[in-house]
Amino acid sequence: MTNASTGELFLWVGLPYLALGIFVVGHIWRWRYDQFGWTSRSTQLQERKLLKWGSPIFHYGTFAAIGGHVIGVLIPESVTRAIGIPENVYRWFSAGAGTLAAVLVIGGVIVLATRRLTVPRVRATTASVDYLALVLLLIVILTGVAPTVGVNMFGHGYDYRSTVAPWFRGLFIGSPDVTAISTAPVIYQVHATAAWMIWIVWPFSRLVHAWSYPLWYLWRPYVVYRSRDTSRRPSEPGTGGRKWRKIGAPY
Amino acid sequence: MRVMANVAMVMNLDKCIGCHTCSVTCKQVWTNRPGTEYVYFNNVETKPGVGYPKRYEDQEQWHGGWTLDRRGRLQLRAGGRVKKLAQLFYNPDLPSIDDYGDPWTYDYQTLIQAPLGTHNPSARSISALTGKGMDVKWGSNFDDDLAGAPEHAVDDPDLIGLEDRVRMEFEQVFMFYLPRICEHCLNPSCVASCPSGAMYKREEDGIVLVDQDRCRGWRMCVSGCPYKKVYFNHRTGKAEKCTFCFPRIEAGQPTVCSETCVGRLRYLGLMLYDADRVLDAAATPDEQDLYEAQLGVFLDPHDPAVQAEAAAAGIPHDWIAAAQRSPVYELAVRHRVALPLHPEYRTLPMVWYIPPLSPVADVVHAAGYDPNDPDKVFATIDSLRIPIDYLANLFTAGAAETVRAVLRKLAAIRAYMRAAQLGLDRDEDLPGSVGATPDDIDDLYRLLAIAKYEDRYVIPPAHAEDAGRLMGQHEQLFCSLDTDGGPGMGGAGPHGIASYRPSQPDTGHADQTFRADDGRSHFNLLGWDGRGSAPNLFPEPGPS
Ligand code: SF4
Ligand code: SF4
Repeated sequence: MTNASTGELFLWVGLPYLALGIFVVGHIWRWRYDQFGWTSRSTQLQERKLLKWGSPIFHYGTFAAIGGHVIGVLIPESVTRAIGIPENVYRWFSAGAGTLAAVLVIGGVIVLATRRLTVPRVRATTASVDYLALVLLLIVILTGVAPTVGVNMFGHGYDYRSTVAPWFRGLFIGSPDVTAISTAPVIYQVHATAAWMIWIVWPFSRLVHAWSYPLWYLWRPYVVYRSRDTSRRPSEPGTGGRKWRKIGAPY
Repeated sequence: MRVMANVAMVMNLDKCIGCHTCSVTCKQVWTNRPGTEYVYFNNVETKPGVGYPKRYEDQEQWHGGWTLDRRGRLQLRAGGRVKKLAQLFYNPDLPSIDDYGDPWTYDYQTLIQAPLGTHNPSARSISALTGKGMDVKWGSNFDDDLAGAPEHAVDDPDLIGLEDRVRMEFEQVFMFYLPRICEHCLNPSCVASCPSGAMYKREEDGIVLVDQDRCRGWRMCVSGCPYKKVYFNHRTGKAEKCTFCFPRIEAGQPTVCSETCVGRLRYLGLMLYDADRVLDAAATPDEQDLYEAQLGVFLDPHDPAVQAEAAAAGIPHDWIAAAQRSPVYELAVRHRVALPLHPEYRTLPMVWYIPPLSPVADVVHAAGYDPNDPDKVFATIDSLRIPIDYLANLFTAGAAETVRAVLRKLAAIRAYMRAAQLGLDRDEDLPGSVGATPDDIDDLYRLLAIAKYEDRYVIPPAHAEDAGRLMGQHEQLFCSLDTDGGPGMGGAGPHGIASYRPSQPDTGHADQTFRADDGRSHFNLLGWDGRGSAPNLFPEPGPS
């Protein structure tokens, strides 16, 4: 950490904390002041043939990719070893599942990006922040997929678990290992940097709809009744009436 | 028993002239904004016809409403909760904009700015979705008045089972209009389909609304409603639907479509119902029994036991009194001349229809008889298969006898009252033959033919002792002037609606007095909030 340059410090310590800060504060701001704008902004009404394939493939692929990051980056190598998962089993699993997720995400994003750029009805609904998010997503996906697939095809790749992952985890405990990440291959560095940029853009784009995945639909009664009397504030479905909406809608 | 109240509507289809005034006034009030160009909270369809959106009544295709599973339990036709969540990223049952018609406007600029010349300029059609030129292929009411009927009307899902016989005949005589709004169902499948819990039915008056702040654009309500009365705003990415003009209803005024109806055919009133019986009624095994089952859910507001229960449930006294005078109760329950639209969707709709006698009378007329001769009309009602079966597909899930009974009663009113007015001999057996007393006939005549304003609309105002709080709900609709480049553009805050604040207390008079040409100080009434003193409002008495 001692001989890191200012640029490196900014990239691997400053930017992440800046991004995290904007991510958190941005979401609080958006939730409080823009409930009306908080939507998936679906364009299925305008175009359905491409969406039918692109959207589910992309979303389910993304879930897999996020799961893979949790396993690969958040869980330290020592933990997987301690619970008795051999190194080569882990590698095969990560290469196999990782490649599957990569194929899904890439396939899905190609269909969706084509649709967004070439179908005039869809294009007309696209804001500049959406283009920004799309470009960042493309960078993150391409730089993420290339090493994953590379490992699978050319065997033994770069061991991000002992460099990128500790740095990332270090951010959350306040001691990021700058040397580890700054000596990692450029492709990982680009991947990480673009990912931080997405965290910055997230609260201001339609990506916020990810937090609204309505799981509570599974146990809520079918028909919702509400009083006209708005002084009796209804509880957010699925929260059992707890008060966490305090930071929520401004009424 | 759990008594709840629901505002409800009855439309008398015999009187609809298909003028679309209701659609236009509704649109001007609620949906004249970008993103809602194709949205008609109220629309009027020519029947037979494909409807709006195309073939919406075909639930084999769209999977709207409820159905019974193998064990006879109520299920959303599009599938259960897990399937809904799995289909969040692509909803296979959602109509596309082409099923409604790509909304368009015209390039009027070219007409105004065309240089002087010999050629007449023409305005191109421009899509509201892309702002680019387009070819108009389909839109609402493209089959109005049977336009292109041989091509389109055969796609009407209500013609099922009648295809071979109806074609020749309806082109000559058989046609009527069907105005439609949201049914504000007792068992709304739109609410049940909304995964976010953003849609709700109001406890007090049963109006079904979309909370614009909670909607996340999952669009399951659009496909879940079998009547296709929830629409997706393609600009805001949120669902919108008919509001039953709740700000007007709360003030005791009729909805805009009712108020402006040229035929004065709409009736508004309160219905009391037993919320505990709703699900059982909706799960009635035989579709043709659903009409009776829904009648069984309604409570008699004249019954003292019901009144006591209603009062215990917190329904105010004036609401119970209004329910007793409700024209909807009279038409639907007491006289049984109004029928629900497509009861087989199992949502227990609350906008009911008096089926039209006119198509039948037209047939009598075309056959060279006097359409007012009850014998001929009765004989025709009994023998005429096509319009009756068609109406039965619309209103009774195919039970023709129910429709026939209503039409016989309507014909009897005409004959009986006509004889009375012309001083002819009244057939005193006629009321009994249609299951009514002479008093019933007279009441119906008053309600249907005279149809005074205060008889048609019996709406108790909301108990808005705390009216200011209601503004929270009005926010779901932002100012209609807030369009791009519109006069109210932008507005304040994320809703584009300025917050309603009481005017600031008056702090001084410095800026409220002015010196006029006569050299005296005057008080400026402009902007005075009526509080505090108003010095110099009256001239000082001068020396006399
Ligand atoms: S008619 Fe209205 S209340 Fe009934 S399901 Fe459709 S939108 Fe919901
Ligand atoms: S305004 Fe009345 S008469 Fe005219 S179309 Fe609407 S319902 Fe029919």
